[in-house]
Amino acid sequence: MTQNTQQQSPVNKISSYITLIVAIVMGLAIIALFSAAYAYTLGSEYLIQAGFLIIIGAFALGISVVVLYQTRRNATAIKNEETKVMTIIECKNCGTKITRDFQRGDYVFKELGACEKCPEQKQIITGVYKEIKTKEKTYAV
Amino acid sequence: MTLIPIIDAITQLAPNNPIHTGQFGGDGGWTSYIGLFYMVFMFVILFYGQRFQSYMMIRNVEDSLHKLRGIKEEGRKNAIETLKEIGKPSVDITPRVDRCLDYFTISPQSMDPAGIVAKLDHILEVRDQRLLDDVKLMAPQCNDDVQLHNMENTLEAAMALNYLYKVVRHYYIQGKKTMSLYIIMQLQMVLPMVMKEAEAFSAALTAFSFGQPIGDSVGPLIASKMMRGYEVRKVYKDCVVATVPFEGRTALVMKAEGSGGNCGKPGDAIETVIEENQGKIAMLIMIDAGLKLEGEAVGEIAEGVGSAIGGPGVDAFKIEEMLVKYKIPINAIIIKEDIGDAVAPMRKEIHDAADKAIERVRELVLERTKEGDTLIVFGVGNSIGIGQ
Repeated sequence: MTQNTQQQSPVNKISSYITLIVAIVMGLAIIALFSAAYAYTLGSEYLIQAGFLIIIGAFALGISVVVLYQTRRNATAIKNEETKVMTIIECKNCGTKITRDFQRGDYVFKELGACEKCPEQKQIITGVYKEIKTKEKTYAV
Repeated sequence: MTLIPIIDAITQLAPNNPIHTGQFGGDGGWTSYIGLFYMVFMFVILFYGQRFQSYMMIRNVEDSLHKLRGIKEEGRKNAIETLKEIGKPSVDITPRVDRCLDYFTISPQSMDPAGIVAKLDHILEVRDQRLLDDVKLMAPQCNDDVQLHNMENTLEAAMALNYLYKVVRHYYIQGKKTMSLYIIMQLQMVLPMVMKEAEAFSAALTAFSFGQPIGDSVGPLIASKMMRGYEVRKVYKDCVVATVPFEGRTALVMKAEGSGGNCGKPGDAIETVIEENQGKIAMLIMIDAGLKLEGEAVGEIAEGVGSAIGGPGVDAFKIEEMLVKYKIPINAIIIKEDIGDAVAPMRKEIHDAADKAIERVRELVLERTKEGDTLIVFGVGNSIGIGQ
């Protein structure tokens, strides 16, 4: 659904101004790198020029790739964590604890049917929660 | 001659090749052209740098806006589907839902602030009632209060998403029209927080439509655990109270009525209970979910003083008025959680914190009240998915 709405978007175009600048920088960077390679083959007297051109070329190419990546990046799909909501059912008499997937209508302290082990005792929902498996990033400060 | 054939090919193609003529690095060589291009590029950056920066920022905002629209559309769809599934309307409710999504509330005039709380309270009450009436109209087959409240909450989450999207879109278009770096920059700076909030509301939609407890329900969960097994009665408005013997004291444990999505009117409820006891209350303990700071753990418990309650401030005002009138000490216990956790289905860490919070209540009561005293414990928050 998200992707469909993106396709219909009138603003989902990449600015031609940015594309032009990126293309120019990228072209210059490639020329600089080729020139550097060629200068390197000419001998030790051109090593400084080759090094200078490599630095310029690599830097410009890196910048243009990053900019191109950012501008071409589509809105990422909504990342909803795949987590299951669980319902905990307990029998207060025998202490039996069952965990199952949440069902519509479940709520904490809802009384359910009789316990399998002790038929005179009703089971109750004691908890409804989700468990997140992915560990949060921590910062040692 | 060369190590790389492609370079060789290029040099063969180039007439008066500077390398062949020994001019590499000198005037008229490739490097001169590169130097010239870089100089032009520097001038472009110098004069158009800010514009370029604006385009980059607009691009970032655009990405977030697409994502936000996706979330908003999903929210709308979810609200319509829930209303159709539970309410079984005979007519198409889509136009009515769309109308509801654009509802607004105008806060009362504050030029003369005297009496503004009562006005705000009235407006909020009218708003809540109107929304509930609309839900009833859209879901004519639903007679269950729990489901009606859940649908109302679902619609409210969809409304919040719709509003967020429209505000971000407004500033995006305004920034694009004016190409003002400062408008775009402000928007880009707040976007991470806005997106976090939008994602939280998106998670809330599922929780509300299914009636699952959310992070904010931890207050009612604690109160519910404390009042379990004791007689519960209703108090004004949409709140319940149970008289619980607690460490030789009498605890009047209160919460919003569950298990539907409902926050009740804690201000009015506490006022009623205090008046019923002629103000003879040794202490008021409020338990609520509190926003954690980055670096703090989810489910961490903190203690303090003051009325632990969010919202527009009407309830906090009413509670504080009563506390001052009868000189009742107030203590607060909060369970730390992120904004995303507060409206998303309850996390295990928050659920597990409930028992620890009850222990903190016990310590507080033993340390700060005497045997035979009467105290109030209020579990503040949305009672969705929490019975009593």
